[in-house]
Amino acid sequence: MDAAVTVTDLVVHRGARRVLHEVSCTVPPGRVTGLLGPSGSGKSTLMRAIVGVQQVRSGSVTVLGRPAGAAGLRPRVGYVTQAPSVYADLTVRENARYFAALYGRGAAAADTAIADVGLADAAGQLVEDLSGGQRGRASLACALVGEPELLVLDEPTVGLDPVLRVELWSRFHELADAGTTLVVSSHVMDEAARCDRLLLLREGRLLSDSTPAELRTRTGTDDLEEAFLSLVRAGEEVPA
Amino acid sequence: MTAATTHRPPAPLSPRLTTATTARVLRQLRHDHRTVAMLLVLPSALLGLLYLVWSDVPVRPGQPETFDRIGLTLLGVFPFVVMFLVTSIAMLRERTSGTLERLLTTPLSRPDLLLGYGAAFGLAAAAQALVTVTVATTVYDLDVAGPLVLVVLIAVVDAVLGVALGLLASAFARSEFQAVQFMPVIVLPQFFLCGLLVPREQLAGWLQVVSDVLPLTYAVDALREVGASPEPTGTMWVDVGVVTGAALLALGLAAATLRRRTS
Repeated sequence: MDAAVTVTDLVVHRGARRVLHEVSCTVPPGRVTGLLGPSGSGKSTLMRAIVGVQQVRSGSVTVLGRPAGAAGLRPRVGYVTQAPSVYADLTVRENARYFAALYGRGAAAADTAIADVGLADAAGQLVEDLSGGQRGRASLACALVGEPELLVLDEPTVGLDPVLRVELWSRFHELADAGTTLVVSSHVMDEAARCDRLLLLREGRLLSDSTPAELRTRTGTDDLEEAFLSLVRAGEEVPA
Repeated sequence: MTAATTHRPPAPLSPRLTTATTARVLRQLRHDHRTVAMLLVLPSALLGLLYLVWSDVPVRPGQPETFDRIGLTLLGVFPFVVMFLVTSIAMLRERTSGTLERLLTTPLSRPDLLLGYGAAFGLAAAAQALVTVTVATTVYDLDVAGPLVLVVLIAVVDAVLGVALGLLASAFARSEFQAVQFMPVIVLPQFFLCGLLVPREQLAGWLQVVSDVLPLTYAVDALREVGASPEPTGTMWVDVGVVTGAALLALGLAAATLRRRTS
């Protein structure tokens, strides 16, 4: 099956700094692909390039068979930024309904998405009155509402309690089982084990593109955090 | 099942998405009670102050009352200034909250977004103008020879011009401090040169030329026509057309300067 996302020799500069160095990778369809790496490793930049809002210096990004950011892709790709990007002066329901309308869905789809992220009880509350974790989930609901084929989620579990984190991860796998492709970034290595595939980024370079099992075998450790460190020490890069 | 048959690219203009955006902006406004109250009441209150300022000044025979002349003009200037400011801040909030970046990844097109804003604040301006015109003509005895509905119409067109210029200006503002300072830059020169402070014929030649290309000049002229003539005049319609055209031009430029990809 064709990759959902193919990134080829992607170079991105922000100001004078090069934040992505000829990154090449693929994202398999219908799977949860984790984008892991420390803060500032280029995860968000890579995600922005995939959804087509990042100016790129060179290289290419192909999403669902089309150049990233193509107009025809917009109904098919959902994006949740790292900081919750919802309207603080609207209720959760009003936010979800607005984004539902943009994707051509009705109020019922909005209510389902709110329930999916566990915010049904807070649907009538203004986003500015919610906790940080709730805001993040409201933001997630506004992407789920379009039932996109590709979901790009930038650190969706930051600030969530462990129970909710587990719930969201099982929700991600349900979506993947239903055919959705997910790209989920995190800087917490214990989330890496929950991904079907792992892309490890460090300082704008791809350290590894493998399954968690392959990574464990290759580095000879069960602990993914340890595996990441050993890759860093070895200074090895994934062959192009 | 191929992508081409199931997913048409979003149309450059979708009345449905524009309306959804207008409704969303109005909902945001509705949650902010103080802003709604200020929008509706402040112009009337300020006009009242102006009325008191001139109430004891003797009028030269044969001259129109100063308050009638200036008060009527301000009915067009208020919505322009207020909507310019409100829009620049609203757009800057979209930018800094990340919602703009997110919207640009959805099927919503940039013209949809901008027209949605224009319609929302245009409607708010219509409500504002209804209140202000009613108060001005009943409480302050503002004398308008023409139909009051035209005054409201011109106020709405002025507001849309303010929205359009606000959207355009916000593209160049990186912070709230900058956005707020665009207000005097865009508004004051138009106010100085529109013929309210000094009749346009008395301006230096080159200033008249500048005044000729500033849209607020035409808005003020349109109001003057309504104030002086019981029937709508051709000049007034031309003026309204020029202001509408300027607003659409500014919206087009704002759409062109709104970048989908940023660094």
